[in-house]
Amino acid sequence: MLNHYETVFIVTPVLSEAQVKEAVEKFKALVIENGGEMVNEENWGLRKLAYPIQKKSTGFYQLLQFDAPGDVIEKLELNYRRDERVIRFLTFKLDKHAFEYSIKRKGKLKSNKEEK
Amino acid sequence: MAQNQSEIRYLTPPSVEIKKKKYCRFKKNKIKFIDYKDPEFLKKFLNEQGKILPRRITGTSLKYQRKVATAVKRARHIALLPYVTDMMK
Repeated sequence: MLNHYETVFIVTPVLSEAQVKEAVEKFKALVIENGGEMVNEENWGLRKLAYPIQKKSTGFYQLLQFDAPGDVIEKLELNYRRDERVIRFLTFKLDKHAFEYSIKRKGKLKSNKEEK
Repeated sequence: MAQNQSEIRYLTPPSVEIKKKKYCRFKKNKIKFIDYKDPEFLKKFLNEQGKILPRRITGTSLKYQRKVATAVKRARHIALLPYVTDMMK
């Protein structure tokens, strides 16, 4: 049964742009391999952290929104913990209110992308 | 001359507080989900030190206060909001 999930993770700023993209691709591929499908992804880019994590005060934020069966999450988080490029991650199961909100938010992002 | 106008000196000026009816902003504008990803909105529920404001100040109902609390804690986990700070606003 496919649940809706949303994961935000922070990649260390030490990496180059290509390495960050490669890390993101790795996690996306992992979700798709295990029977998930991507719904939406946002790259907030380099942002200042509210408090230093591992002595670094900035990080690349990446949001992945996907539908997946339940057991994918455990694998995903295992890989997060193993990968030293990711310094912080949070996965979140979208309930029905959260899911409606995310659809509205995606619409809003698309609209101001067109405006830009 | 000015002396006898303000004969009685108050230690603290008597601030008469007009009783504003507090309402739960989530019930009023029917917000159902509090997004932990936008810190600007969550900052309304934090004081200067970054601590979560109690319900008696913000007037939110219990159900939504819990949602706000979990959202703030999630935002703090992914470093969108600080755990403690001195001058937040």
